[in-house]
Amino acid sequence: MSSQITFSDEQTMLLDTATEFCRKHSPIETVRARLDADQIDATTWKEITDLGWLGINVPEEFGGLGLGLSCVVPVAESMGRYLMGTPYNGAITASECLATSGSREQKEEWLPKIVSGAIGAMALIETNGSWILDQIEAQAIASEDMFELSGTKCFVTDADAADFYIVSVNVEAKARLALVKREQIPEGNLHREIVIDETRRSYQLDLDGIMVPVDQLLEGSDFQAIEFASLLLLSAEITGGLVGSIHTIVEYLNTRRAFDKVIGSYQALKHPTVKILLDLEASRSHLYHAATVLADDNAGEAEIALRMAKAHGSAAFAFAGDRAVQFHGGFGFTYECDAQLYLRRALWCQYQFGDEAYHRQLLEPILLD
Amino acid sequence: MTATTEKERQEFQQEVAAWFVENNPGDPGFLLPETFMEVGTDAQFEYLRDWQRKVYEAGFLGMAWPEEYGGRGMPQVFQDIATQEMASQRLPFMPNTIGLNWAGPLILKMGREEDKQKYIKNILSAEDIWCQGFSEPEAGSDLGNSQCRAVRDGDDYVINGSKIWTSLGSYAKYMILLARTSTGGANKYAGLSYFLAPMHVEGIDPKPIQKLTGEYGFCQTYFDNARIPADCLMGSEGEGWNIAMVTLTFERGATGGQAGGIASMELNINDVVELSRRAMRNGKPAIEDPHIRSQLVQLITESRGNQLMAARAKIPALATDWPTAVPMSGKLRGSELKRRMCQLAVSLQGANGARFVSEQAIDGGKWQRSYFNSFSGTIGGGTSEIQHNIVGERVLGLPKS
Ligand SMILES: Cc1cc2nc3c(=O)[nH]c(=O)nc-3n(C[C@H](O)[C@H](O)[C@H](O)COP(=O)(O)OP(=O)(O)OC[C@H]3O[C@@H](n4cnc5c(N)ncnc54)[C@H](O)[C@@H]3O)c2cc1C
Ligand SMILES: Cc1cc2nc3c(=O)[nH]c(=O)nc-3n(C[C@H](O)[C@H](O)[C@H](O)COP(=O)(O)OP(=O)(O)OC[C@H]3O[C@@H](n4cnc5c(N)ncnc54)[C@H](O)[C@@H]3O)c2cc1C
Repeated sequence: MSSQITFSDEQTMLLDTATEFCRKHSPIETVRARLDADQIDATTWKEITDLGWLGINVPEEFGGLGLGLSCVVPVAESMGRYLMGTPYNGAITASECLATSGSREQKEEWLPKIVSGAIGAMALIETNGSWILDQIEAQAIASEDMFELSGTKCFVTDADAADFYIVSVNVEAKARLALVKREQIPEGNLHREIVIDETRRSYQLDLDGIMVPVDQLLEGSDFQAIEFASLLLLSAEITGGLVGSIHTIVEYLNTRRAFDKVIGSYQALKHPTVKILLDLEASRSHLYHAATVLADDNAGEAEIALRMAKAHGSAAFAFAGDRAVQFHGGFGFTYECDAQLYLRRALWCQYQFGDEAYHRQLLEPILLD
Repeated sequence: MTATTEKERQEFQQEVAAWFVENNPGDPGFLLPETFMEVGTDAQFEYLRDWQRKVYEAGFLGMAWPEEYGGRGMPQVFQDIATQEMASQRLPFMPNTIGLNWAGPLILKMGREEDKQKYIKNILSAEDIWCQGFSEPEAGSDLGNSQCRAVRDGDDYVINGSKIWTSLGSYAKYMILLARTSTGGANKYAGLSYFLAPMHVEGIDPKPIQKLTGEYGFCQTYFDNARIPADCLMGSEGEGWNIAMVTLTFERGATGGQAGGIASMELNINDVVELSRRAMRNGKPAIEDPHIRSQLVQLITESRGNQLMAARAKIPALATDWPTAVPMSGKLRGSELKRRMCQLAVSLQGANGARFVSEQAIDGGKWQRSYFNSFSGTIGGGTSEIQHNIVGERVLGLPKS
């Protein structure tokens, strides 16, 4: 099994720039102020677009930088570090999906638009909450040169701001991917969902009544590419979130006093915090290893690396969020305390695209049989 | 205690069971809080208060408390049967928790005759809600470091400072208050005194605090030259710490004498098992997932272990070596188990684990909310870390850190 990590100059540069950008644009006050915002932060989105971050993974021939997904990781990690809420991960997954499943014409039409800021949103998960992306209920029935969609999609993030959606639907009993444009969605088909992470703007998308021309069905249906991209981005976000939660915990442990000592001197708090730190160190290693093997186009290794990264990170971040609350005592039980922001973020990340139990189960046959 | 016969107990059990079936208050049409620490709306409060009053008037609360103060003077076993019935019928809890379970037994044990006359009956009937003013912004675990001042002035004490995380603060008529009457003394504990303080007094202002769930449920209580009658002092000046420690043994269930009645919405592992039959993971009921099954069995075993510990603790011959281990660890075991049970319940739901209180969420999002609220148990009433220290020091005889 491979245990390599390569980190390019581009990645190093991106990590520096992105850390600085997110620190500046997403201080905790801004994160909080945006919790009940009903629109995305368009100014920040424009800056992200101008920095070229939406084209990092897009091939050069379609206007991108052609650096691959591995170079998106430092950006996603930094956003996670500062709890930044943007449509970035969804948009990157959408462009990755188009790049892997779109026809030549589809790529030519959409990838340049994405690079210049068009927002794509993924509509994959259904009401039963299953993580198996190609086992779905939604349908697309062809009638002449149009598809008529039906079904319900959930956890479609930033759907209100999206320019297009990639929707998974069954076409003649096989799971496929269709691109739906914003203007093809009837009034009233999007409903805001209440999700645990309030920095997320999540929507339910009712497919009933949506009609799309047959040429909006993507040529390919590479669900694995979607899963891989999602796992990579979530693992990056988790790793960043772990860093943020450790800072939050350590700051409190170094200032709050009880029994004439700072509480960080008590091993009941110090030792679990060290565990979280070591979990972070492992998560970050799994993450950049996954980025490395993905860049090498090694699908077998990539699957192992990504599932490990997500499994380890999900459990670690959930533990960190849980302890962050506990270690803040009564204050931890309040909305005002930042611990809850991390706990909520952690639970979101844990339950998107498979929790630790799910990925370990998928690793069992690969690693053991 | 008068001996009771098996037959008496059985007959009583049938009587209570029938009364509770008959008088079940029914679904209020809104989410109820799970413990007294989460009562966040007037509607929730009034519903629960009315329910407690009804149970008391029917004679199923304070049954073992003395008749002259409003109890029924019966053997404890009858109250236990009634309490057990409330739990097994999944009825709402008694909201005056602090009154019933710690202020009340404390007053009965250490209060003056006039205190017992004045307070006990209204605690039982929920006429007077009680709250607890122990924790302060800078002193929680380290309760002995409380700085809220009480200065004697003629027939009054004048209170200044603030208490925080005051559960039921907005609804309470009285507070058990730990305040500093002197700053000198041999150590930080020496200057503390204990008051049965009225809340509806000028200069006392409980301000609601938002909880991590987004709801409200506790307060910061500000005291600005609040004058309370001098006879609110319990015991004498300087005895506050000792009385507070007695209070905490009632609070943590380490000593008996509580009025009875359930103090929280009992959440048990059977509920999680039941959920696992309905909640779907990857298109199948969660209960079919081998990983989930193993975790469920582990928590069932742990739950059963807690029940069995309670049963075994009543057999002195089997409570050797560390006889106080079981009673002293009840809160720690119960609250940590509840936290993990809620985590598991959320994890049964696949991607829907990421929802929060809403119609789309499984069971309306109650499991996610319960998980967040479960920290009230692992933090409130002395954190789990402090509970570990207490058990280590008082039960095992380990030195203080
Ligand atoms: C197989 C083996 C090989 C070794 N080889 C060498 C060698 O080649 N050269 C050499 O010099 N030494 C060697 N050691 C000794 C080793 O470094 C010591 O045993 C070790 O540092 C612990 O010290 P101690 O035995 O005095 O235990 P103690 O320090 O008495 O510790 C007892 C327990 O208390 C815990 N403890 C102590 N202090 C704290 C604290 N502040 N916080 C929390 N817990 C604490 C410890 O973790 C331990 O569990 C060896 C030990 C072993 C087991
Ligand atoms: C929902 C809720 C309801 C409450 N209701 C009431 C109420 O009605 N009345 C009231 O008076 N109080 C109430 N409290 C307050 C509660 O008792 C305190 O929050 C608790 O005792 C912890 O104190 P603190 O908040 O100051 O935390 P701190 O003491 O600051 O603790 C912070 C962290 O440090 C840890 N820590 C502190 N000292 C040590 C040590 N020596 N060793 C190891 N770890 C340590 C703690 O475990 C915690 O994790 C409530 C709290 C909650 C959450």
